[in-house]
Amino acid sequence: MKKRLSFLERAAAVPHLVWTLLFIIGPLLFVLYFAFTDNDGAFTFANIAHLSSYAHIFFVSICFSVVATAFCLLIGYPLALAMARAKPSTQKLLLVLLMLPMWISLLIRTYSLMTLLDNGGLVNSLLRAMGLAPWHMVGTGGAVVLGMIYDFLPYMVLPIYTSMTKLDKRYLEAAADLGCNPCQTLFRVTLPLTAPGIFSGITMVFVPSISTFYISQKLGGGNFDLIGDTIERQFQYTSTYHIGAAISLVMMLLIIASVAIFGRFADKEEEGMLA
Amino acid sequence: MNNTLIKLCSIDKSFDGERVLCGIDLDIHDNEFVTLLGPSGCGKTTTLRIIGGFETPDEGEVLFEGERINDLPPYRRPINTVFQKYALFPHLNVYDNVAFGLRLHKVPEEEIATRVREMLEMTGLKGFENRRPATLSGGQQQRVAIARALINNPRVLLLDEPLGALDLKLRKDMQNELKRIHNATGITFIYVTHDQEEALSMSDTVVVMADGKIQQIGSPTDIYNEPVNAFVADFIGESNILDGVMQKDRKARFAGQTFDCVDGGFAKNEPVDIVIRPEDVDVVPVEKGMLSGTVTGVTFKGDYYEIIVDVGGFKWMIETSDYVAPDAEIGLYIEPDAIHVMKKSEYSGKFGDYSTFSEEMDWISDPDKEVSEDEETTLLS
Ligand SMILES: Nc1ncnc2c1ncn2[C@@H]1O[C@H](COP(=O)(O)OP(=O)(O)O)[C@@H](O)[C@H]1O
Ligand SMILES: [Mg+2]
Repeated sequence: MKKRLSFLERAAAVPHLVWTLLFIIGPLLFVLYFAFTDNDGAFTFANIAHLSSYAHIFFVSICFSVVATAFCLLIGYPLALAMARAKPSTQKLLLVLLMLPMWISLLIRTYSLMTLLDNGGLVNSLLRAMGLAPWHMVGTGGAVVLGMIYDFLPYMVLPIYTSMTKLDKRYLEAAADLGCNPCQTLFRVTLPLTAPGIFSGITMVFVPSISTFYISQKLGGGNFDLIGDTIERQFQYTSTYHIGAAISLVMMLLIIASVAIFGRFADKEEEGMLA
Repeated sequence: MNNTLIKLCSIDKSFDGERVLCGIDLDIHDNEFVTLLGPSGCGKTTTLRIIGGFETPDEGEVLFEGERINDLPPYRRPINTVFQKYALFPHLNVYDNVAFGLRLHKVPEEEIATRVREMLEMTGLKGFENRRPATLSGGQQQRVAIARALINNPRVLLLDEPLGALDLKLRKDMQNELKRIHNATGITFIYVTHDQEEALSMSDTVVVMADGKIQQIGSPTDIYNEPVNAFVADFIGESNILDGVMQKDRKARFAGQTFDCVDGGFAKNEPVDIVIRPEDVDVVPVEKGMLSGTVTGVTFKGDYYEIIVDVGGFKWMIETSDYVAPDAEIGLYIEPDAIHVMKKSEYSGKFGDYSTFSEEMDWISDPDKEVSEDEETTLLS
């Protein structure tokens, strides 16, 4: 009986295994292969060495992502707090409103934002109607960051909201009992106890921000080259596959490092809460 | 008695339209050890939370030294709480948990260090400074919770079933310890429990609650010796509660006989409830007894026997130091001062007959256990 069951279990895992091999492990191996070979297929470190000329792109990308993540946290945390404190029916409504954009394609959302911000867009029409000077936003760094915030904010709010709903109200009462006013309770108890949600949120916003290419292309008006854009461009021609793979590899390492760092905090805190 | 520190005036509280507290009137004095005692769900925690500021009463006033504090938030009240399940901060170690209140009040770190050390010593937690609450046993967490509250030198300490999660031995030790801390600090303790033994052994004043109302307020001996109604008589210790009539002062009639007693002040032939404690009935030969009956059950309890005696259909519980054989005919002798007469109340007839007495009786009187409605009526009827 037990043996049959475990056979079935193993059989059930096969599709997943095939999927993983074909679409995750396979591409990874390709990336590794291209990153360490030249056009003739010979092993080389040249691609990696060549990356130093892309240093400024990495730097700009990291800056944009950090700023976008920081804004998401600043907006997302109070939003999650307000949501968690609303009455249950309001909470459900807010949750749906928050998730609704996530069901719409990222490309469509970014495109809509572009038409809103465009010179002939809604915002500028309004400004003109009020007799104010137009504000050329598309093509500025601000628009790119705004796009990242707009697209990825729900990924910050949701994990924080979840950890807030898990937060036992008794801790807040204990804090008030010991003399915390609401503000002190927020900083001394709520914030540390929802840290796992914060770290998850940071990871979930930082990772897509640093790898995005669409947002910077559309809202940056081609003025900003981020890692994602560079990789995309390299993969448009077979001759530059190798350098593209090398950049991808470094970006992956960057993402793995950030997930490892923030994920570790998230896990450790979670453990502390559960135990 | 010392000055009144906290005064509750006709407090009403409802949750979702359900009345949880009705007209609670209570005075709590400085340095007093007051216990709120009653079965689960009777409103003890809610009363405590109103005093702590975690709930606002719908009606009535909460006064602290004569000032209305209904709307004062918890952090502005000189009151600290030991919560039912401790609620220690999981992200802080023992030291930081205990220092939490002092840090908020901007006490210098050196002073905090000394005071925390003293407090940990007093509560037997030396050496645990760097442990996280999750790594402590229930008893240790309990002590941290007490230390964390006491270090702020509150005027009042609220304790909500603080020993509920501990095993019997530890409970007894902690009871003594809390008593010692109460005496040493002179802080007013308001203690919630459903354990009548705990309430009687620790308190200066016991407040017996049932169904959102205060049934009786008094010293442990008053509550035990002079229960005001059948509920209190049954909840505190074991009692035989009989239907009776007060023929005139100091003459009570019950179980088909007229007895001399020491109570008076009732109307002529007023129906009353009679309480007789199991240890106050003497077992004598049939011919010397005021009542006689058949022994239907004998349980050895260590230093005494608990016997059930059928007297004309009503089963009495009696504690006796001499062995009595089952099915024996015995006489019962009751001294006049062992007969306690109470006015009839809404609880009359609901308690105090041991005719269905069995082990099950024990767990239904345990307020932590849920009993379904029909089960309860069959067992009690
Ligand atoms: N926040 C609340 N919401 C709804 N009902 C509550 C709430 N707190 C307590 N109650 C109800 O009030 C009654 C009294 O509760 P409580 O004061 O906790 O009793 P006790 O501490 O004596 O067991 C119970 O029936 C309980 O279900
Ligand atoms: Mg309670």
